[in-house]
Amino acid sequence: MDWSPLLISLATSLVATAVTLVAGLAAAAWRQNRAGAGAALIDGIFILPLVLPPTVVGFLLLLLFGRNGPLGKLLLQFGASVVFSWPATVIAATVVAFPLMYITARAALEQVDPHLLQAARTLGASEARIFREVALPLAWPGVLAGTILSFARALGEFGATLMLAGNIPGKTETIPIAIYFAVEADEIQRAMAWCAVDVGISIILLGGLYYWTHAQRLRRERWGQH
Amino acid sequence: MTLEVEIEKKLAEFTLDVAFRATETPLSVLGASGAGKSMLLRCIAGLEKPGRGRITLNDRVLFDSARRVGIPARERRIGMLFQNYALFPHRTVAQNIAFGLHDLPHDEQSTRTAALVSRTHLAGLEQRYPRELSGGEQQRAALARALAIQPEALLLDEPLSALDTHLRGQVEAQLQETFATFRRPALLVTHNMEEAYRLGEQLLVLARGRVAAFGSKEEIFRRPPSSEVARLTGCKNISRARANPDGTVEALEWACRLRLAQMPATPPNFIGIRAHHIDFLESAAEAATDSNVLRCWIARTSETPFRITLFLSLDPARAEAGEAHLQAEVFKEKWERFRDRTQPWRVRLAPESLFTMAE
Repeated sequence: MDWSPLLISLATSLVATAVTLVAGLAAAAWRQNRAGAGAALIDGIFILPLVLPPTVVGFLLLLLFGRNGPLGKLLLQFGASVVFSWPATVIAATVVAFPLMYITARAALEQVDPHLLQAARTLGASEARIFREVALPLAWPGVLAGTILSFARALGEFGATLMLAGNIPGKTETIPIAIYFAVEADEIQRAMAWCAVDVGISIILLGGLYYWTHAQRLRRERWGQH
Repeated sequence: MTLEVEIEKKLAEFTLDVAFRATETPLSVLGASGAGKSMLLRCIAGLEKPGRGRITLNDRVLFDSARRVGIPARERRIGMLFQNYALFPHRTVAQNIAFGLHDLPHDEQSTRTAALVSRTHLAGLEQRYPRELSGGEQQRAALARALAIQPEALLLDEPLSALDTHLRGQVEAQLQETFATFRRPALLVTHNMEEAYRLGEQLLVLARGRVAAFGSKEEIFRRPPSSEVARLTGCKNISRARANPDGTVEALEWACRLRLAQMPATPPNFIGIRAHHIDFLESAAEAATDSNVLRCWIARTSETPFRITLFLSLDPARAEAGEAHLQAEVFKEKWERFRDRTQPWRVRLAPESLFTMAE
């Protein structure tokens, strides 16, 4: 059996999750202490990929990164093209996983007692240090839950990936795409094998998430936060 | 060492409009909840921006709306003690105290932290998390953390309100000890007049965002400048009043003429006396020879462990209905001596205990 879909899926999801974690945290930190219609509109845009059909997301990405798209043209000047390449799987997975990271990180940061941030300010700490040493450690369980959810979402990405990256075995063929084309080709055994792999990974992830949040709860009882 | 504040800030219900100057002696800010006390501290600390005005600390301008100066909180070097202490729950006591020492070399951080731990009597608790401390210990840890940055001024927001009664004495002693060595402007906000009196030298009374009184605490408690301040400083007996041509004052709600120790310079529109200053006369002879003596009937009583508050009516019908004109406070030993005597009793409002107010 060719294991490349597993490796491609894991590599894609890991990179997409890493990008999502940084971007989601940055967006959530930026969004803190901001109110108004502008911020609400940006909220909507950030969360949009969660509610749009993946085919719509994929199509929009295709318009953006295609030969005549604004980003596609820009990349072409550097001799690069992402459509139907491995980076396209990462872009598709990142875009669909981002809202989950953003929503959970924002909720976790909002839970942090504002008096703690103010106390840190009076003690001379810079905003960056307050985020690193006060807000983030206290919001960490929520941020981690968001990371795991994002990873799971990236792993399961199908529609947008197919639109933007296509199905190139050994290059852009992730597990969900492998399953789809196995069923198409009537290779039921192969489809079932990949299904089993996907279910296994998801159970391990969600089990790990549950175990971790439980352990965190015990630790946070020591801190006095529930 | 001087902190000068002159600011205005619009709040939901009123405008905070305050001007005062604090020096090395601790200043208590007394006011009912919602009078703008916490907002005042937050403006000084740089956590809120006043609408207009100026704040200077020693030679530094921290805020000046006219010159568009607004130093951020992290550069103000003002220690703030929050009402809920705001200790970082994920850091130990030692790590909390050292938070503001971040820029110092490691060994100096440890030396300073150790000194503060011993100064605030936290030895042995350095490795505990805030959750594992008692309320008093949390308060001391928060105080140590605020003092660590060697602040040029200290702001305390209701430092005792979250504590059990039996802890307050200890914590008050700690605060007094801190103030004694601090010798820089220290502001303490409270709604409890006894705390305000015990911990501050100077007193500022805040009412709906305005300075209702500012000065020495003894003077303000002895001669409140207004009926509002009298009430906020715990005076229970206040009546509208009018000056009589013969030099006495008519207390309108008590329907009596009262002689004062000296006639006030301002028109006596209100007259007051503190509950513990009302004398109960024990013999009729005493009553006959003296002025400012009123006949009264008891409407109801309210007991505390050692003292009793007597709600007195100046006519028997209203006493019957439980309505009172005056509140007197006496120790229970004294109360035991006259409680069974036949009514009406005679009380004396001594001229030297009475004070008048213009508004």
